[in-house]
Amino acid sequence: MTYEFDWSSIPGALPFLWDGMKISLVITAQAVVIGIVWGTLLAMMRLSSVKPLSWFAAGYVNLFRAVPLVMVLLWFFLIVPEFVGQLFNIPKGTDLRLSSAMAGFALFEAAYYSEIIRAGIQSVPKGQIAAASALGMNYAQAMRLVVLPQAFRNMVPLLLTQAIILFQDTSLVYVSALADFFGAAYKVGDRDGRLVELLLFAGAVYFVICFSASQIVKRLQKKYHPA
Amino acid sequence: MGYQWNWGVFLQPSASGDDTYLGWMFAGFKMTIALSLSAWVMALLLGALVGVLRTVPNKTLAGIATAYVELFRNVPLLVQLFIWYFVLPELLPASIGNAYKQSNPVLQQFLASMVCLGLFTSARVAEQVRAGINSLPKGQKNAGLALGFTLAQTYRFVMLPMAFRLVVPPLTSEFLNIFKNSAVCSTIGLLELAAQGRQLVDYTAQPYESFIAVTLSYIIINVTVMTLMHRFEKRIAVPGYIGGK
Repeated sequence: MTYEFDWSSIPGALPFLWDGMKISLVITAQAVVIGIVWGTLLAMMRLSSVKPLSWFAAGYVNLFRAVPLVMVLLWFFLIVPEFVGQLFNIPKGTDLRLSSAMAGFALFEAAYYSEIIRAGIQSVPKGQIAAASALGMNYAQAMRLVVLPQAFRNMVPLLLTQAIILFQDTSLVYVSALADFFGAAYKVGDRDGRLVELLLFAGAVYFVICFSASQIVKRLQKKYHPA
Repeated sequence: MGYQWNWGVFLQPSASGDDTYLGWMFAGFKMTIALSLSAWVMALLLGALVGVLRTVPNKTLAGIATAYVELFRNVPLLVQLFIWYFVLPELLPASIGNAYKQSNPVLQQFLASMVCLGLFTSARVAEQVRAGINSLPKGQKNAGLALGFTLAQTYRFVMLPMAFRLVVPPLTSEFLNIFKNSAVCSTIGLLELAAQGRQLVDYTAQPYESFIAVTLSYIIINVTVMTLMHRFEKRIAVPGYIGGK
């Protein structure tokens, strides 16, 4: 006797799954945006000649890169909401799970983005900064108008690849019991006793999205850096 | 803030009575190490094989290897883990599946976690091995063939000894990742470090101490592995290459 598949619980659950997918996409989008902004600041601090700033950035990046994302999410699920609630006198029972998970993701991903961005900044020839100062620009202007635009151009494929990894990692908000796409699929499967079908379906959906996205990134890479 | 710090909690006898809470943490630590190391052995063996296959001239073999890598790289680790743990036993023939489901639950969790982490990481190892082989100068392969080696001999005696040495530094970061990724296995109930951390929170009601201790354990693992691998990298570096003598 082999397993008999029954996919009938999926069509009815599609709206619920789509709600979950929206949560996954929102978490991904905000973590990418905050991660890149905060990561850029971290990278600039790390490369700065002001020692305390550079130490802080190095410590931050090394700490977050040494700890599993699951642990970070557990911190932001079990401990941070209580701490923040007490700090700002937020009434008990307010649901901080989503905002807390999003903050955890953004802070975690910033460490990874900052390493990509640091390498990108370092790939811009030193002469560019010299030329900018010779033209009378100060450090901030040189960074904003000369170095960062070139650095980001070089980094686009890597930043997008990291975004795909991040999208896959959002499934881990499962540990904070949020109904993202994976959480929604699990719930439906559990409710209908059709875990096998729902898990395979979720895997297939993730595969199609991530595989297509990575193919697009490959094309972009060829366009920017024809080998 | 009214939080009562109590680091002594780790020395108190645990809820199960036969151990301290520190003992729970240590059990989780051992589980994380055992899981990560056994999965790493799998990942290295499979990853080396698949990585080599991706570079061979045979289109079918290279295609299969590429499909393998894409499959494991484009599905989230958590989804893969749940498929190994919840789906696979159902799809086995009923007699084998039922025997498996009646076996020791800890063994089931450990096997699913090991296979999942091993295969997931093998796809990443394969990419590094492929990059290492492709980074070799073309002349090496041609020279091997010109000396009358078969393709297999050229791989065995000329290309792989070089490629495997070049690929050690990028593999270090995959090795670090496998320890971090093993925390995902807490979701199926395997009592490794992260899961013990959650248990400690529930049983001791001292969340800060518990999580700080678990987080520090991960940092210790990370620093230890990095130090050991750094020494290994120095010993194995190829002279003349960056990082070599």
